Amino acid sequence: MSPPALATRALTKRYGTQVALAGIDLEVGEGELVGLLGPNGAGKSTLVKIAAGLVHATSGSAEVAGAPAGSAQARAALGYLAELFRFPGWCSAEELLRLHQRLAGSRGGAAERADLLQLVDLSEAARKPVEQMSKGMQQRLGIAQALVGEPRVVLLDEPTSALDPAGRRAVRDLLAELRRRGVAVLLNSHLLGEVELVCDRVAIVARGRLVAQGSPGELSEAGGVEIETAQGTQTFTDAARDDVPQLVARLVAEGEEIYGVRVVRGTLEDAYLRAVEAHP
Amino acid sequence: MSGLATIAGYALRESIRRRVLTVVCVLTAVFLGLYGWATSAVFDEVRDSAGGLPLDEQVLTGATLLGLAMFVTLFLGVVLAVFLTLGAVRGDAERGLLQPLVVRPVGRRTLLAGRFLASAGVCAAYVLVVYTIALLLTGLIGGFWPGAIVTPALGLAGAVAIVVALALLGTTLLSATANGIAIFMLFGAGLTGGLLGQIGGALGSDTLDTISKVAIWALPFEALYQDALHALTADIDGVTGIAVQLGPFGGAADASAALLVWAAVYAGLAGAAAVRVFARADL
Repeated sequence: MSPPALATRALTKRYGTQVALAGIDLEVGEGELVGLLGPNGAGKSTLVKIAAGLVHATSGSAEVAGAPAGSAQARAALGYLAELFRFPGWCSAEELLRLHQRLAGSRGGAAERADLLQLVDLSEAARKPVEQMSKGMQQRLGIAQALVGEPRVVLLDEPTSALDPAGRRAVRDLLAELRRRGVAVLLNSHLLGEVELVCDRVAIVARGRLVAQGSPGELSEAGGVEIETAQGTQTFTDAARDDVPQLVARLVAEGEEIYGVRVVRGTLEDAYLRAVEAHP
Repeated sequence: MSGLATIAGYALRESIRRRVLTVVCVLTAVFLGLYGWATSAVFDEVRDSAGGLPLDEQVLTGATLLGLAMFVTLFLGVVLAVFLTLGAVRGDAERGLLQPLVVRPVGRRTLLAGRFLASAGVCAAYVLVVYTIALLLTGLIGGFWPGAIVTPALGLAGAVAIVVALALLGTTLLSATANGIAIFMLFGAGLTGGLLGQIGGALGSDTLDTISKVAIWALPFEALYQDALHALTADIDGVTGIAVQLGPFGGAADASAALLVWAAVYAGLAGAAAVRVFARADL
């Protein structure tokens, strides 16, 4: 069995007395798209940076494709887009991708560069210097750069922060394409709606701890059940979809007439706020 | 090896595209133009007033002018070294330029080595070209050709390579501005050490002489510079030789073999320290 694309075990990071990560266990499976959510300062970027080999863990372990994070083997298996990144202003999109191909040891050549530029809709801007590109174009170029060398796992730290709605949609399509290609993605984003739409699984981090994880559906459930009766709408906040037959049977037995049943699904935002507020 | 060449090539292209080299080349052309003009004017005056002193005025004038040109060449080389390296690690990391490169398989050591090769190569080539042009101007206009030509050139190139190594170590510890200031202060400290040695020699002060020696061992680019100056005029003797020592060559002294070896070890240690700090840094 091949190792997970990304795995952290009891991962901690301290900056002096400040604890950024307090023992995170997280796994991103082969071809899985995992969203990383959490308030500012929760430790999300630190986690991504440790996986990318940019930050050293205080204790615990992080492995990329079975190799210790930061090792040459791990770096060869990943692509990374930082939250705050910049490319040399004098460099064109084509030059930048060529540079990263050399550094990544990619043999994709011109075909790979053309494919990546097309994937992020920058084919027309291949020879345009970075300094003449909008922030959104630079962000798309950053995504293309992260995909150089066909990495097994891609770490994207706020990849849509500078994109307009059309650009965000394009990134969602791109993520779907990566999933289709079997590339694992750890997506750090503040945009819950976006994460809910594209991710297979969501991990919520607060105060350096993993406070919840599961599929968006699993996390969003438990919003309760509303049953419309002759007496009005009765709400059962602790009930879930599986409880509906039992609840209806009980109400009917009690002589109620049922006019409608609605399983209330909480949003990912509700789940997120619940998880975060439970760990103030 | 290919990773090293890629990083060095990237750093070279960056220095060219960022127009650092262009600005330095324009300023250098202005300096060399003025140097040629001044050399011509000074030698004309020397020829007109020749014969009053028991020394070879052509040699004295040529050696003095070339010595001053050596100082300016080293200074411009250090300026170039500082501007090519001052933000290579901390500065680029703060701006987000470094992270996309560091996560690639080439690794931090290769990244730093590539930077060193590119910067030291550019700076060494620069001082060699400027030195050669100054040498040709002095020889062709004034007729002065120093006894040694290659040794001073190598001394200058070695001196700027040491400054590049120090600047790269500085950039792993300090922000770009702080590093630039620190390197210029170290350069100034080295020159001051040389001057103190000159004053100590004139006054017969052992204390100043000791301070100068400590400064030279602590900052061996100054030793290489002094050795380069010394090599220019080593074959000038008599009254002319004494007169030459009153000029910019006053602090010149040939570096011992131990000092030359130490200069190479020093650059290596600075590089190794830079690699060690960079390897442990959180970016």
